[in-house]
Amino acid sequence: MFNLGELLDLPLIWYGLIATAIFLYVLLDGFDLGVGILFPFAPSDSCRDRMMNSVAPFWDGNETWLVLGGGGLFAAFPLAYAIIMPALYMPIILMLLGLIFRGVAFEFRFKATGRSRRFWDYSFHFGSLVATFMQGMVLGAFVQGIKVQGRSFAGGAFDWLDAYTVMVGMALVFGYALLGATWVIMKTDGITQDWARKCAQYVLGYVAIFIGIVSISMPVMNADVKRLWFSIPNIFYLLPIPLATLVMFVLNWRNLHKGDEYSPFFLSMGIFLTGYLGLGISVFPWLVPFAVSFRQAAAAPESQSLLLVGTVVLLPVILGYVAYCYYIFRGKTSDEAHY
Amino acid sequence: MIATFDPVLLARIQFAFTVSFHIIFPSFTIGLASWLVVLEWRWLSTHNPVYEEVYRMWVKIFAVTFGMGVVSGVVMSFQFGTNWSVFADRAGNVLGPLLGYEVLTAFFLEASFLGVMLFGWNRVGPKMHFAATLIVAVGTLASAFWILSANSWMQTPQGFRAGSDGLLYPTNWIKVIFNPSFPYRFFHMVTASYLTTAFVVGGIAAYYLRHNRHVKHARVMLGMAMIMAIFVTPFQAVLGDMHGLNTLKHQPAKIAAIEGIWNTEKGAALRLFGWPDQAEEKTKYALEIPKLSSLILTHSLNGEVKGLKEWPKDDRPPAVWVFWAFRIMVGLGILMIFTGVTAAVLFFRKQLFNTSWFQRWCMAMTPAGFAAVLAGWFVTEIGRQPYVVYGAVRTSKAVSPVIGSQLTMSLLAFIFTYVFIFGAGSYYIVRLIGKGPGDSEKAYGAHGVKEPPLFTDSASEKGGKHV
Repeated sequence: MFNLGELLDLPLIWYGLIATAIFLYVLLDGFDLGVGILFPFAPSDSCRDRMMNSVAPFWDGNETWLVLGGGGLFAAFPLAYAIIMPALYMPIILMLLGLIFRGVAFEFRFKATGRSRRFWDYSFHFGSLVATFMQGMVLGAFVQGIKVQGRSFAGGAFDWLDAYTVMVGMALVFGYALLGATWVIMKTDGITQDWARKCAQYVLGYVAIFIGIVSISMPVMNADVKRLWFSIPNIFYLLPIPLATLVMFVLNWRNLHKGDEYSPFFLSMGIFLTGYLGLGISVFPWLVPFAVSFRQAAAAPESQSLLLVGTVVLLPVILGYVAYCYYIFRGKTSDEAHY
Repeated sequence: MIATFDPVLLARIQFAFTVSFHIIFPSFTIGLASWLVVLEWRWLSTHNPVYEEVYRMWVKIFAVTFGMGVVSGVVMSFQFGTNWSVFADRAGNVLGPLLGYEVLTAFFLEASFLGVMLFGWNRVGPKMHFAATLIVAVGTLASAFWILSANSWMQTPQGFRAGSDGLLYPTNWIKVIFNPSFPYRFFHMVTASYLTTAFVVGGIAAYYLRHNRHVKHARVMLGMAMIMAIFVTPFQAVLGDMHGLNTLKHQPAKIAAIEGIWNTEKGAALRLFGWPDQAEEKTKYALEIPKLSSLILTHSLNGEVKGLKEWPKDDRPPAVWVFWAFRIMVGLGILMIFTGVTAAVLFFRKQLFNTSWFQRWCMAMTPAGFAAVLAGWFVTEIGRQPYVVYGAVRTSKAVSPVIGSQLTMSLLAFIFTYVFIFGAGSYYIVRLIGKGPGDSEKAYGAHGVKEPPLFTDSASEKGGKHV
């Protein structure tokens, strides 16, 4: 049967693809979740209208990357999917409930008036906040490792809950808020933009602190991670990642104060990229840290082959039309919507 | 107390609840998306503003329904793992790629172009807008293709082997994707979605006609809905019959439960109604029509129909659910066919748009499609029990190692959230229907936003209030 396993290192390719899908999710849904996190603090209702309109055409597509991450994990690494989902049962369910409350707000808010509209404003805010916080906790629990016995999760119902996961949850809230604020700077003007710029300046500092804490705690908690980053010659190869992060923080801070409209958003995405790379390098080759590697979790080569063909053909097409949709809705968003 | 329940049962109840809630939305949006294509096409080719106004009304309803379908669907993509992790592990090699293809070929397409469809009016030309509508409709059908392929494989699995490690491995993808029940289930479900939409549209059109509102629009809506009722309902009955014969071939235990037949019989009677009793192994209080079951299933008066006792007790589906869900589905189907026949008669008498009792009838039939779709899914899913992959993986062996109390809490959270959120969604849809097509409010009002002010944006922003 159809099998590319002889020619290609399928598990490695899929590890890369899933990591990319999850990263695209973090970047793209990150900014619209961030808009939700900042939402109630905006100076006026028409600012909120503009913020909402700036993400309304995109949120659904952005969330699809999460489905691709989940579905792709199921397809390419069913064992990892079968261990991680029960292990992180509660934060994942809470994240999904949060996503429901914020997702429907896009439609309901514009159809409601008066007090019920206010309700959907808060639904959008708290849904985004809870979903983000839970994603951070999932990340925090993930990097600390998951207890596995045989082919199943073997830990307790609350393994995912500790001070560290709470900290990572907060870190992600600030991280998405930064993406959201810089997105709003790019897509609006006037007092909405002024307000978003102040938010971004303020949030940027917190993001720096949290990235610092995570970067220090990872090698402290785990000897393998420490060896990976601080042994010679690794340290020389890996040094560009923290250095690049530092440079982007400085540039972002300067450009925000200079009044740039576009660069802060892309620099914030860059900060996410280097942070994600750092985490990825620390966790490699584990897919369920520190129990199941990506090779052990890989689906049959026939399964990975079939989906790989589709991905190679379709992913560029998808990226193409997603880019086209962003292009259609380019420029500043107004507070009115047309439909 | 509920925490002491069997986790398999809790996991099943939760999955049944979330998936039943979810399927309501796609079964409406699949039909609605295709209908919107037809409307926009009529509008572009005739320039008749009625079509545009009907389109603009229904695209808003589509958006609300689609939004609820998306958020309830994201839940589903995680529930395979959260509730059925052992199943995910064992069947992942086969099912994973099918779901992966659904995301790649359908979800991105729908999600991206829905934005253009809803918000792109003034940013793309009419042809591109029509293309976006068409692409969204194609996306809904592509999604149905893959998810029904995956579901059908769980019903009639083939093209795989069971490894010594207990995992299932694909051996032939064409056989997996085009498994025996897939073509029937696909066409049956897509047709069901079209009919669901048609009866909703028809019911609302009848409501407008009864109240003498939006008469021009309502005539278009009712006319198109009744074309579906007249021509597609009989076609659906034929498809259903073919689907049933396919089930008889591959899942005879499900058919035995549908028929409420316990002992294998030649010339089996059709039990119209009754109460299949799992413990006593018979169908009580049965109202029978002699030989009809054999005639329908084997196309011969004395054909043999297998009874449930052919299978060990542990391998039988819970008959009473399957039996009654089937009768609800078929009963509603008969009422839909009746609607079509009546509509045809009224049309030739030129009374289709002004017969009062028929308007009330159509209004009553508004939810018929949803109920029939849900009943049909109950038949096929409960009829598959006690297996999750028919004949290969038992449901009781598929559940996650998640403790019962977690399941109970999340089930309650889902029930609360869904009832509240989807209650609100239904309320907004009812309000949109109340407003109707072509009313005073156009683009701005649709989003609850005032006309753009004469002042600059930033001037108006200062007037806003804090949340």
